[in-house]
Amino acid sequence: MADASNRRKKVPTPPLPFEKPIFELEKQLQQLESQLDPSPATKDAVRSLRLEITRKKREVFDDLDAWQTVQVARHPDRPQTLDYLELVFDEFVELHGDRAYRDDRAMLTGFGRLSDEKVMFIGQHKGRDLQERTEHNYGMVHPEGYRKAILRMETAARFGLPIVCFIDTPGAWPGPDAEERGQAWLIAESLRDMANLDTPIVCVVIGEGGSGGALGIGIGDHIAMLQFSYYSVISPEGCAGILWKSVEHRDKAARALRFTSRDLMKLGVVDEVIPEPLGGAHRDHRAMATALKGSLIAAIKDLRQIPRDQLVDRRYEKFRRMGVFQET
Amino acid sequence: MSRVKPDVESWQQKTGMAKRGVPEGLWTQCPECKATVFQRSVDENQNVCPECDYHFTVPGSVRVQQLLDTDSFEEWFTELQPADPLGFVDKKPYAERLKTEQKRTGLSEACIAGKGYMRGRPLVFALTDSNFIMGSMGSVVGEKLTRAIEAATRMKLPLIILSGSGGGARMHEGILSLMQMGKTSAALARFREAGGLYISILTNPTMGGVAASFAALGDVILAEPKALIGFAGPRVVQATVNEKLPPGFQTSEFLLKYGFVDRIVHRHNLRSEIARIIDYCGG
Repeated sequence: MADASNRRKKVPTPPLPFEKPIFELEKQLQQLESQLDPSPATKDAVRSLRLEITRKKREVFDDLDAWQTVQVARHPDRPQTLDYLELVFDEFVELHGDRAYRDDRAMLTGFGRLSDEKVMFIGQHKGRDLQERTEHNYGMVHPEGYRKAILRMETAARFGLPIVCFIDTPGAWPGPDAEERGQAWLIAESLRDMANLDTPIVCVVIGEGGSGGALGIGIGDHIAMLQFSYYSVISPEGCAGILWKSVEHRDKAARALRFTSRDLMKLGVVDEVIPEPLGGAHRDHRAMATALKGSLIAAIKDLRQIPRDQLVDRRYEKFRRMGVFQET
Repeated sequence: MSRVKPDVESWQQKTGMAKRGVPEGLWTQCPECKATVFQRSVDENQNVCPECDYHFTVPGSVRVQQLLDTDSFEEWFTELQPADPLGFVDKKPYAERLKTEQKRTGLSEACIAGKGYMRGRPLVFALTDSNFIMGSMGSVVGEKLTRAIEAATRMKLPLIILSGSGGGARMHEGILSLMQMGKTSAALARFREAGGLYISILTNPTMGGVAASFAALGDVILAEPKALIGFAGPRVVQATVNEKLPPGFQTSEFLLKYGFVDRIVHRHNLRSEIARIIDYCGG
């Protein structure tokens, strides 16, 4: 792995099925490189193997299908919100709790600094190992998480801080406790209130954009997606279960739903696709973080040019245009 | 106008009685009390079971007649027709599914919107019809609702939306359906800023993306008795925690108890309750 965040797992993750040929070549390379005092022929072999690896990565990742994209988006080594808070932000001052029920650890909020841009950060976090995933509920937010996000965003608007939202959730938590505490209500209120904030809002889907749980922090002026993330009305498994009556058809559902960054660009739902390092963000956290930081700062600078009293109308028009129908 | 289809076959199986020339549509079985009741007596009772007060699902066009003053409804946006932006195919193509549903229900989409009067009070009225692809929200439903909300804002009229959707955001239009949640909620944000009164009425069922957008944003939220209302479907919730759900989970009564529904109103009283709330808010 390219870098060693202290959150990295100790046991290496096995390759995804379509990554196997790349891993094979990398193993060969490792063997060659471990030779002491290599001959000129070995050095040549190392060089051509390196080129071969790059070529192979490009071949596989230029042409990922929808289901493979989902697997990359869910990869356990993929950088998550806490990784980016270390690698992208120069400072993060966490603000806990929703002042009503509890501190939802699936939704992290606080002041953040990106070079000289001060922002309010809102981000869903899934967790990597079992303990961390349990703490953060696999990124599935409860109603109090949305209440917490709304509270922070209102603070940001009052003090003119731009808002940065990182979306990474399989979906809002579908448990009985969430129903008792009004999951639908808190998501709806978040949509409504985000539409009305007179401060720039930048949203980035960094991994999974799972349905209403994702949209709940997704009403922004600039919507970006990392190249191999996905953003969907329903999970491929959920869709397959309902329409094909079996989860086995999740790859077909994934294709039908058109939810990759390329598709969403075509549908006019996202404004920017941020390219991932060759082989996916999980292969190089630092490179991904650098690209993400550049995009964030550029987007905020652009939005700062727009007078604050025009932001809300502009955001309204953006969402107002979404949808495809016929008028006869 | 379509009627609630009586389940004669299961009635025959349960009772062991042969059809004996009974014209179809004459009887219906109440899913709640299992009584076999005259379809006509259900119809005349605003689709409420005369035996146990069970609230049957009501087709959209019938709803309009039940709620609004006679012949006062002027339907808008009938020119909006669904498209198939993804070229979505599951077991059958979405384009084909749309045609079948249109034929079956006599509706062009799952939403009816327009202007009407309720006990003499002018208002903008919209509903989602759970008969049409589960009352799910795709681009047309989102667009019709948004236009209705914008019209109510312009005309300074109270807004009534009656929700019935087992489907939430419609899968067949992918992300575009999800974005309708944002679009309708943003329109309601503007309506609210402009001082408009929005009464949301939740009927059986109101789930998923419909519940988590416009349906939850009323100044006053009314629900019909025993309606299923929630974010995640009960089967999903049960699978999530792998435990049996308590009786009455996700019903109107459950949500009243937890503080998310303001009043439960019998269908017979909806008109008078809505009119009264409009009067309180100076509509």
